[in-house]
Amino acid sequence: MQHDPLIIAGVEYQSRLLVGTGKYQDMAQTREAIEASGAEIVTVAIRRTNIGQEPDQPNLLDVIPPSRYTILPNTAGCYTAADAVRTCRLARELLDGHDLVKLEVLGDPKTLYPDVSATLVAAEELVKDGFKVMVYTSDDPLIAKRLEAMGCVAVMPLAAPIGSGLGIQNRYNILEIVENATVPILVDAGVGTASDAAIAMELGCDGVLMNTAIAEARDPVLMATAMRQAISAGRNAFRAGRMARKRYASASSPLAGTFF
Amino acid sequence: MEIQLNGEPYQISDGCTAAELIAQLDLSGKRLALEVNQEIVPRSLYADHRLHAGDCVELVHAIGGG
Repeated sequence: MQHDPLIIAGVEYQSRLLVGTGKYQDMAQTREAIEASGAEIVTVAIRRTNIGQEPDQPNLLDVIPPSRYTILPNTAGCYTAADAVRTCRLARELLDGHDLVKLEVLGDPKTLYPDVSATLVAAEELVKDGFKVMVYTSDDPLIAKRLEAMGCVAVMPLAAPIGSGLGIQNRYNILEIVENATVPILVDAGVGTASDAAIAMELGCDGVLMNTAIAEARDPVLMATAMRQAISAGRNAFRAGRMARKRYASASSPLAGTFF
Repeated sequence: MEIQLNGEPYQISDGCTAAELIAQLDLSGKRLALEVNQEIVPRSLYADHRLHAGDCVELVHAIGGG
């Protein structure tokens, strides 16, 4: 295998699969699935600490230690630029100055579609404040370019709505975004199964971020393995360059030398 | 005196510091971030940061998310 790292904000990663930590049955399953995925970058959400509950209940960052994983705090649940920026600042304090964040500003609870104009406002403020912003956005090629020009370190268009598992709905937009980009493009959201992840990689995406496709599989640990393999297979297929599509058949066995 | 802690009223003694509040909550040494009136209080300042009546205190941590 040739050395083919994913480079985000100057840091090399061997895995092109990024995973979330939501929706698992328990911490043990979270740990096992993330281990099986081979992911090095793992997203977390920032929420109020439970007051007066079991002090001994396991902490996510004990299960997914920042010494081993690159923790990517998200701004999930934020519907305004101000809330997203505030969440990122709290995350940076929580993670001792770690400044890689996943920005998402949502616009609608039914589709969880990004509010692109608020996303642009938040991205600008975060970049100015020194954050390395990986930004969740729609699959709009013009917006992807704008976010890149603003200084985001990775642009992450959706394949389909968050948690929908519908797969890549507009592969020509994803292709357009990939072909025009000078920062990594990762499909974030909407992947349902391994073939969806492979398609994203075959289109030339630099990586895929997913959560529900693994966590809501009947066997999340096995699905995490499947996703790791799909990302790797899709990446290799992209690098290998697929054959041209033809309308008619082309025999694989030579026509010369037949004895019949 | 009363503060708002994670959106709920909460009683602390006068002059209580952030470090004392966190100790009182059995959260010392846990990985947290603290915001008082929407300003982040760095961990290194917990012992010196005195809380005041009416302060809005948010204590957050990382949980599962995508």
